[in-house]
Amino acid sequence: MTRALRIKIVTALAFLISSQPHLIAQEHTDNTLQVHGNFQVLFQQYNPDSIIGAQVPDAQAAMNSFGNVLLNKDKFSAGIRFESYQNAILGFPNRFKGSGIGSRFVRYNHDKIDITVGNFYEQFGNGLIFRSYWEPNLGIDNAMDGIRVIFRPFNGVALKGIYGQQRLDFDSKIINGNGIVRGFDAEVKINDLVSNWNEKPLKITLGGSYVSKYEDGVTIDRDSFLLKIPQNVAAYSGRLGLEYKNISMNVEYAGKINDPNADNFFIYKEGETILGNITFSSKGIGISLNAKFVDNMAFRSERNALLFDLPINFLPAITRQHTYNLAATLYPYATVLNGECGVGGEMFYNFKKESPLGGKYGTYVSLNVAAVNSLDTTQLIGRDALIYGYSTKSYLFGQTKFVRDVNLEVRKKISKSLNIVYAHYYFEFNTAVTPVTQDFKGIVYSHIDVLDVQYKWNSRNSIRTEFQSLLTEQDKGNWATILAEVNFSPHWSFSILDQYNYGNNNPESRVHYLFGNVGYTFESTRIMLGYGKRRAGIFCIGGVCRAVPASNGLEINITSTF
Amino acid sequence: MKRKLLPIILSLFFTINSYSQAGKLPSVRLKNLEGKEFDTAQLQNDGKPILVCFWATWCSPCKKELNTYAELYPDWQAETGVKVYAVTIDDQRTVASVKPYVNSVSWEYEILLDVNKNFSQAMGVSSPPHTFLLDGNGNIVWQHVGYTSGDEEEVHAELLKLKK
Repeated sequence: MTRALRIKIVTALAFLISSQPHLIAQEHTDNTLQVHGNFQVLFQQYNPDSIIGAQVPDAQAAMNSFGNVLLNKDKFSAGIRFESYQNAILGFPNRFKGSGIGSRFVRYNHDKIDITVGNFYEQFGNGLIFRSYWEPNLGIDNAMDGIRVIFRPFNGVALKGIYGQQRLDFDSKIINGNGIVRGFDAEVKINDLVSNWNEKPLKITLGGSYVSKYEDGVTIDRDSFLLKIPQNVAAYSGRLGLEYKNISMNVEYAGKINDPNADNFFIYKEGETILGNITFSSKGIGISLNAKFVDNMAFRSERNALLFDLPINFLPAITRQHTYNLAATLYPYATVLNGECGVGGEMFYNFKKESPLGGKYGTYVSLNVAAVNSLDTTQLIGRDALIYGYSTKSYLFGQTKFVRDVNLEVRKKISKSLNIVYAHYYFEFNTAVTPVTQDFKGIVYSHIDVLDVQYKWNSRNSIRTEFQSLLTEQDKGNWATILAEVNFSPHWSFSILDQYNYGNNNPESRVHYLFGNVGYTFESTRIMLGYGKRRAGIFCIGGVCRAVPASNGLEINITSTF
Repeated sequence: MKRKLLPIILSLFFTINSYSQAGKLPSVRLKNLEGKEFDTAQLQNDGKPILVCFWATWCSPCKKELNTYAELYPDWQAETGVKVYAVTIDDQRTVASVKPYVNSVSWEYEILLDVNKNFSQAMGVSSPPHTFLLDGNGNIVWQHVGYTSGDEEEVHAELLKLKK
């Protein structure tokens, strides 16, 4: 961010603040200054524990915190976020350090025009070629820093333009990556645009995007070939959405020109991806079918960046986002950016009350399946192998299995005070492709069963228990988890969790990971205090996962929204 | 830069103290399940209260909360005329499941899709579930984070307060 831009933002903030005196007279009208925001503090203290492999940083404790303040006044808004890492909690990017401003923007939003200067988050279509977003609990923030303009010339037409750099790091201030990202998106809702189509049952949405990144060019030497790396790389996409009564369909195709980068081992092959889904639903039933094809679609604003750094696009996994502990954290699947082909399906069904399977309160069942394989490719040879790597033969499954995920969940209310959930999961998970464990390379076959029982002993107080079992002959062997949670609404909750790796081949690793937690909630403030052992594993939120190291110690987490 | 910022920061915090309970919804454009756009600053319910509930298909307590409200919703509507806007923060991975899920559980809420969390972040939501109660003039009068069984009584009590 340039000094001039900083000054503009400060001036705009000052304008908003200085307008405060005459607000008093205008309270409860639309022109008042609205303030929203939130705070979060995450503190962790670490004890050494060699058996579970818990690391202790030199400072023996760590703290992440941030505070967001957002101001809205009529058509103007502005926001600022303070961040502090003293030092960063283990599992977060450990280069995050110091305290300072991690985000700031000003925005003018009128009916037809919406302009943001500074940091912003945006997504084009399904995000296949552009998505900037913030996930503070995972340390992910690829905020754009520049300008966004949204223009709505007519009802049903939205045009978006973005231009800027992406946030890469934090060292008492925002540190952006070197690349420049610019893009354009257009979306047209045919039914809004064409006047006599308004009431038609078929709703059509069309969209298209173009995104280009610029980074200083270099030349690389490979096996005596001098390869010139492109400075400008473009990606493009087109999408179609249809709604007809109970049926919805959404399909998007995206392509990317040659983009040699660290993810694809600097090959010049072009990239493409296709995402499609169709859903049918009516009262009591819902069905969704999905297909996805990803070929060489890692797209970052610096060609040497990897993992969570500087992604321009977002390629979601096709498997379900699981929530029960053993199913969610041991073998979670993430998209293989270099190439995969997958299909999935999901069905929800509610057996009605008083039907044979529904009983007095009804029975709810969901079934979900997903299968992902490698691409159907041919490895090139000689000079072509150096330059293009491989060629893709079809849009079908290749030979290597990446993941199979079949899961069934049944929810049943037994009485006014008793609810149960039973779930079964079957996974085949290729840990050589998605390296979620260091102990085993190959396909892990696992069965997981979960029984979740909740009993309310009066209208405000309840106890909930989870019994989970994971059976596998590979990797770390069998696991069992027991959770007991007592809730006193609306303020207090107490829980204790024990994860036990009783089937580990190494007797020393047959450890109980015991963790106790106390939570206090007051309206929009929540304080949680936990103590115990955390397993090294994968922590996922909303479909993105990060590896978290083992830990043993005290945790305090405070969140507050105003 | 730092010298200029300090007074601004201080005045910001005084501002928050003065106006924290009188906030209204910020303006973000969100689509519903039919693709129709809503400006969140314009959400209305003819002078009656509104509940804005943030949820996701992968969030068990959120689904519990909204399924519990669904059973009580006809009574709440008869008593107070409240309308529920259930804002999902499912991203592109799971957003295709939202419509099948919502129909399968027969929710009568208006569902809004916040796929890139622009609205939830503008509201300062840290993690779902998070519920905001708006009075008939669109002022945020109460909010609650998390859901445990029994919290619906709290919501009901707050709704009744608005009736007075």
